[in-house]
Amino acid sequence: MRSSLNSYMTGPDEKGYFDIYGGKYVAETLMPSINELESAYEKAKSNKEFKEELEYWYKHYIGRPSPLYYAARITKELKGAKVYFKRDELNHTGAHKINNCIGQILLAKRMGKSRIIAETGAGQHGVATATVCALFDMPCTVYMGTKDIERQAPNVFRMKLLGANIVSVESGSKTLKDAMNEALRDWVSNVENTFYIIGTTAGPHPYPMMVRDFQSVIGRETKIQILEMEKRLPDILVACIGGGSNALGLFYPFLDEKSIELHGVEAAGKGLNTNKHAASLSAGSPGVLHGNRTYLLQDNDGQILEAHSISAGLDYPGVGPEHSFLKDVKRVNYFSIKDKEALEAFQFCTRMEGIIPALEPSHALAHVMKIAPKLDKNKVIIMNMCGRGDKDVFNVAKVLGVDL
Amino acid sequence: MNYREKRIEKRFNLLRSNKEKGLITFVTAGDPNYNTSLRIIKNLPSAGADFIEIGMPFTDPMADGVGIQASYLRSLKSGQTLSKTLKMVNDFRKIDNDTPVILMGYFNPIYVYGVCNFIKKSKDSGVDGLIIVDLPPEADEELRLPAVRNGLDFIRLITPTTDKRRLSLLLKNSTGFLYYISVVGITGTKTPKLDNVKLAIKNIREQSKMPIAVGFGIRTPDQAVRIASYSDAVVVGSAIVDKIGESCLLSDDNKNKSLEHIITLVEGLSKAIKKKTN
Repeated sequence: MRSSLNSYMTGPDEKGYFDIYGGKYVAETLMPSINELESAYEKAKSNKEFKEELEYWYKHYIGRPSPLYYAARITKELKGAKVYFKRDELNHTGAHKINNCIGQILLAKRMGKSRIIAETGAGQHGVATATVCALFDMPCTVYMGTKDIERQAPNVFRMKLLGANIVSVESGSKTLKDAMNEALRDWVSNVENTFYIIGTTAGPHPYPMMVRDFQSVIGRETKIQILEMEKRLPDILVACIGGGSNALGLFYPFLDEKSIELHGVEAAGKGLNTNKHAASLSAGSPGVLHGNRTYLLQDNDGQILEAHSISAGLDYPGVGPEHSFLKDVKRVNYFSIKDKEALEAFQFCTRMEGIIPALEPSHALAHVMKIAPKLDKNKVIIMNMCGRGDKDVFNVAKVLGVDL
Repeated sequence: MNYREKRIEKRFNLLRSNKEKGLITFVTAGDPNYNTSLRIIKNLPSAGADFIEIGMPFTDPMADGVGIQASYLRSLKSGQTLSKTLKMVNDFRKIDNDTPVILMGYFNPIYVYGVCNFIKKSKDSGVDGLIIVDLPPEADEELRLPAVRNGLDFIRLITPTTDKRRLSLLLKNSTGFLYYISVVGITGTKTPKLDNVKLAIKNIREQSKMPIAVGFGIRTPDQAVRIASYSDAVVVGSAIVDKIGESCLLSDDNKNKSLEHIITLVEGLSKAIKKKTN
């Protein structure tokens, strides 16, 4: 019924919903701040000065626009569609996360907040937050699961160098979900002076919308670049999905180009038939967590399950509410890729293109490796290379049994 | 409305006519296991609890401190489910038809259980009110409206961050009583500042005649007495739940004694409140 929408770009509605997904399910203590943030963002969004400021930092600090790169060797090897990478791994700090952090910290400053908190899984969002906090001289506390601290040691050290205070989260599964719980607890306790920079298109409204807007610079640039390079729009866009911010960043400006296929790739961990995966869209059901209604990994009693992925950035039992909407209306197709396949793509990309991808986009690439060979040579696929793999090198060595 | 639907109102009326303040005790359903938990709950009224608030455990309680988080996990580990929590209320009602029971928790387990089913089973089991941490008035349609239509009280939370405009929104159509969260924070951590609580309650009283309970960070009889001098009731949760947690570390012999410790704590709180305000 809803698959015949005229536009997929109208959400969220004034209450913060994408159809039934999204909303503001938070403790009353936070509601005044959430509402304040919403109106501050609405004002900033249409403010010329804010936009110019944002563009300044995008260009001169992050290094935007990031290149669109034709992966010639991979294309040749896969013997099918042309494969392009949107190179957001070349951004300052090595991932797409900084696009959003710059936007949110500019907003925090406008709102007169004096302290920043964030949660992080892979550490990319933590590093990006710590970076903008150093840049704008704000105290920064980052919550990170103990398990993620172990597997993302280089990023932990980077955050410390940047002056952030890292709080190790011991509760629950000791990963991203628990870091988010703890960040929310901090926010409830310090809401008067604290701005919570959420790293993905999840959380209570307005976060899913705001993060999507800041990230959609990726898709806007891609549109211009592919028109220059191919003189036409692409056929398929591919991005990995944890919370879903890099995917929405790429997809959003293309949502109404209905001839373009959009592929979101979740982490299948050890397989969807096991209980060790992070594919909330492919194998979860709707529920309410961390301020919004969305697809979740949960048991029959509504208790949240632990996610699993080799990639800390995808290891989350939920997903942004707009993805839940895009799944239900079938505008985006969601796939999943196992740890093992991602590891192969990681090594393949490194050898073929001289680009060490993060384990997160390695999932997207593994999907590209499956679909590209089946497509005509005149088809064009663009994949979001949303992060670089330097942070993963030690962990991959361990998995491959290499002693460093 | 029949008698059962008005337990909360009736209890506050009784307290008022006796010029007494109420004690609301919080425990998590199924902590540390079903039988022990039911025994604790059954013993609370005689120890002096005027209302029983029962936590519905959730894996990700974002507004709770470590004490209640741990209690939820103990309960879930012992196999507690929402069905069992409702059964527990039903079992309690077999011996007590007067003490109001309020279920407290997060929305997701209820959403997955099914809102209609949950409301019906709550009514059938003898639940009187609901406190759902992550359902602000903006989400009234999810649960508050159908719950109130079916005679359950939906308790509003008012906090130190509530401004004047928001207060009116929270007071509108409130039922049962108002729950003032005495600190900007999560359960069981900060200690409430008396002057702030006094002022906040004065502001609420100017706009509402509803009974007001105050909770978060109240641990000792001394604190309870002072808070009770401004409010109609005080909520004690983490202090009790922590005692249950401590008991889990004890040997089996001493575990039996831990129920006594919990009862002693509740008696102490109750006596202090009643004596001071009589």
